[in-house]
Amino acid sequence: MASVQSSARPKAARKSAAESDAAAPFTGSNIAEFTREQELEAYKMMLLIRRFEEKAGQMYGMGLIGGFCHLYIGQEAVVTGVQLASKEGDAVITGYRDHGHMLALGMDAKGVMAELTGRRGGLSKGKGGSMHMFSKEKHFYGGHGIVAAQVPLGTGLAFAHRYRGNDSVSLTYFGDGAANQGQVYESFNMAELWKLPVVYVIENNRYAMGTAVTRASAQTDFSKRGLSFNIPGVQVDGMDVRAVKAAADHAISWCREGNGPFILEMQTYRYRGHSMSDPAKYRTKEEVQKVRDEHDPIEQVRSRILKANMATEDELKKIDAGVRSVVADAAEFATNDPEPDASELWTDILK
Amino acid sequence: MPTNILMPALSPTMEQGKIARWMKKEGDPIKSGDILAEIETDKATMEVEAVDEGVLAKILVPDGTDNVAVNTPIGVIAGEGEDASAAAAPAAAAPKSEAPAVPAEAKAPVPAAPAAAPAVVAPDPEIPAGTAMTTMTVREALRDAMAEEMRRDGDVFVMGEEVAEYQGAYKVTQGLLQEFGAKRVVDTPITEHGFAGLAVGAAFAGLRPVLEFMTFNFAMQAIDQIVNSAAKTLYMSGGQMGCPIVFRGPNGAAARVAAQHSQDYTAWYSHVPGLKVVAPYTAADFKGLLKSAIRDPNPVIFLENEILYGQSFEVPQIDDYLVPIGKARIARPGKDVTLVSWSIGVSYALKAAAELEKEGIDAEIIDLRTIRPMDVPAIVESVKKTGRCITIEEGYRQNSVGSEIAARLMEEAFDYLDAPVVRITGKDVPMPYAANLEKLALPNVGEIVQAAKAVLYR
Repeated sequence: MASVQSSARPKAARKSAAESDAAAPFTGSNIAEFTREQELEAYKMMLLIRRFEEKAGQMYGMGLIGGFCHLYIGQEAVVTGVQLASKEGDAVITGYRDHGHMLALGMDAKGVMAELTGRRGGLSKGKGGSMHMFSKEKHFYGGHGIVAAQVPLGTGLAFAHRYRGNDSVSLTYFGDGAANQGQVYESFNMAELWKLPVVYVIENNRYAMGTAVTRASAQTDFSKRGLSFNIPGVQVDGMDVRAVKAAADHAISWCREGNGPFILEMQTYRYRGHSMSDPAKYRTKEEVQKVRDEHDPIEQVRSRILKANMATEDELKKIDAGVRSVVADAAEFATNDPEPDASELWTDILK
Repeated sequence: MPTNILMPALSPTMEQGKIARWMKKEGDPIKSGDILAEIETDKATMEVEAVDEGVLAKILVPDGTDNVAVNTPIGVIAGEGEDASAAAAPAAAAPKSEAPAVPAEAKAPVPAAPAAAPAVVAPDPEIPAGTAMTTMTVREALRDAMAEEMRRDGDVFVMGEEVAEYQGAYKVTQGLLQEFGAKRVVDTPITEHGFAGLAVGAAFAGLRPVLEFMTFNFAMQAIDQIVNSAAKTLYMSGGQMGCPIVFRGPNGAAARVAAQHSQDYTAWYSHVPGLKVVAPYTAADFKGLLKSAIRDPNPVIFLENEILYGQSFEVPQIDDYLVPIGKARIARPGKDVTLVSWSIGVSYALKAAAELEKEGIDAEIIDLRTIRPMDVPAIVESVKKTGRCITIEEGYRQNSVGSEIAARLMEEAFDYLDAPVVRITGKDVPMPYAANLEKLALPNVGEIVQAAKAVLYR
């Protein structure tokens, strides 16, 4: 736990994009220069994810959400920064900690929340739950409950892009826990062998459920996990949305240009337990508090915005109010929407 | 003493082959390791090396001879100064079975592949009378089905181990690489879990993968992706997604490949909602059902059989011949007892019916063809007529497909049953290697005949 501070950030010195030498290899420490609009967009998106997840946690406590519920609080900068770097047509796939990814893709907060409560207006008609939601329109392929199953699936999405000859990429997210599954390396091998356009985004939040990475991983530098396949990778400060954006820009261009896969290790942290039923006894309250105080992704953007006079406190409060209203509407809908009709039990088994 | 050169068995399922050409002439000196001849097996053309040394005294079976049984003397090697004509030519005797309790039928060679004549099966009633037929092997029928669907739809591609450059581990994908190129006929590394997941992902994105497992025994490595990803995602997405994929390859026992390469997974996959499970017997059904499976918007488990690959059947010469998934076929009409099977089990049932006919018992054979969704009405209809049912499969007894059929008959045809349903299954043991034990572990014709008499109280 004492190592949080030292390993929650890449060790290399940080450089702004303007400072970085174009000829030097990309390190993952580059910082994207954000315009006012980008800072505000990132702020709003991350805040939406956080408020949504806080509300989900509350509704779980009230018994409105059942089963497993994995919250994304603390990791907001990862998906927000990567999505700022992607474009229409890029496919996204992730594991079971997926609410933030869907919100970042612009999927309807009401539909997500109603799926969490198992109602007919949920994105999967109440039949998937927290871990299983999809959107063909937004190219979001789930939402997968089996740890690392999304890695070959995401590699297959990249295969389809290549087969069709378009320049879309697959953004395949998984955690530090999933990174130890065999199918990840089977995927790495094929992705590099066939030069498939897939960015593997490893969200290293330092704990696979209750097991710290140091207790589970022989190689804790996940950016090196593709070395034996010649897949390049970098470690990125996943708490700084600008660093995430810069790294994702680089990785996505690499893939679009036909160079094969790229690995981004996003060094991040989840504030809540693994799932709602996890008391998180494997780490101290102080450890969590330290990350919140010193590295919180939302606070970083907020203080930058205020310091650079990009917006006033009042303007940020308006954004906060807008986000709270979206979340309140989602919660209201998800609480009152009826359960699926009993006939839904027997539909959608076969096409 | 002159030595006979015997026709070698060059694959686990090879029973005969063709002498493509001799590489040595009569009178040529032979050293150990010399290439004597090229022989075409059911899977490939192989070179045969000399083991013995001397002079090739006589070629007994000339170039181009087809259907030469394994162990037939094909040439004679004489030592220096020996007279080749002294070579007698009895084939090496096959080891005798020591198992005392084997029914007579089980001692017959299993499988007794017909030498050249196509297997006799009742014609599919849906094929119009007068339709021209072509004789082809199951292997060719599968290849044609894939090629036709690939010509029809650019989103269909074939992927698996050795499917492209090697032309298929069992020659099923022969010629596809040449016609469709490496983009659509994709050799994979040996990585079942990975490539199954990759193909499912490609199917999520709307492509139509035909994924070959070298055998379904290896698909156990991939079963999480098949069941958890391919089968369940439509439901979990509330109908939004879809997974149009075919998982195909040989299933069940081949010949003498022991426990890890001989399991029948029909019952396993038939347990899973969201999957369709197909296991045909005739070449026509393999062709028509594979084409239907490729067009199906759902994941289809397409179970083949290595022993059937080389067997020939009549296939109708119909453009775009499709057989619907979910519909059984009456392979032999009869009135006394219903035999239900699929895949290679139908060949046991047909032989048993022929035996039973000699004793005045008229068996009806239902070739189920699709296991899920199961054509229960076809079985019920037959049982209403016969009052008796025997199921035949290679899979294990507990939770077998036969168990399901028995339960469904109890639920839907209880009043029509005149005897308990009998399940003929593989024995409840890992498949043994020894030839006699392997035969004992598999269902055999004798068991079916015995069961038929038992349910008829004869």
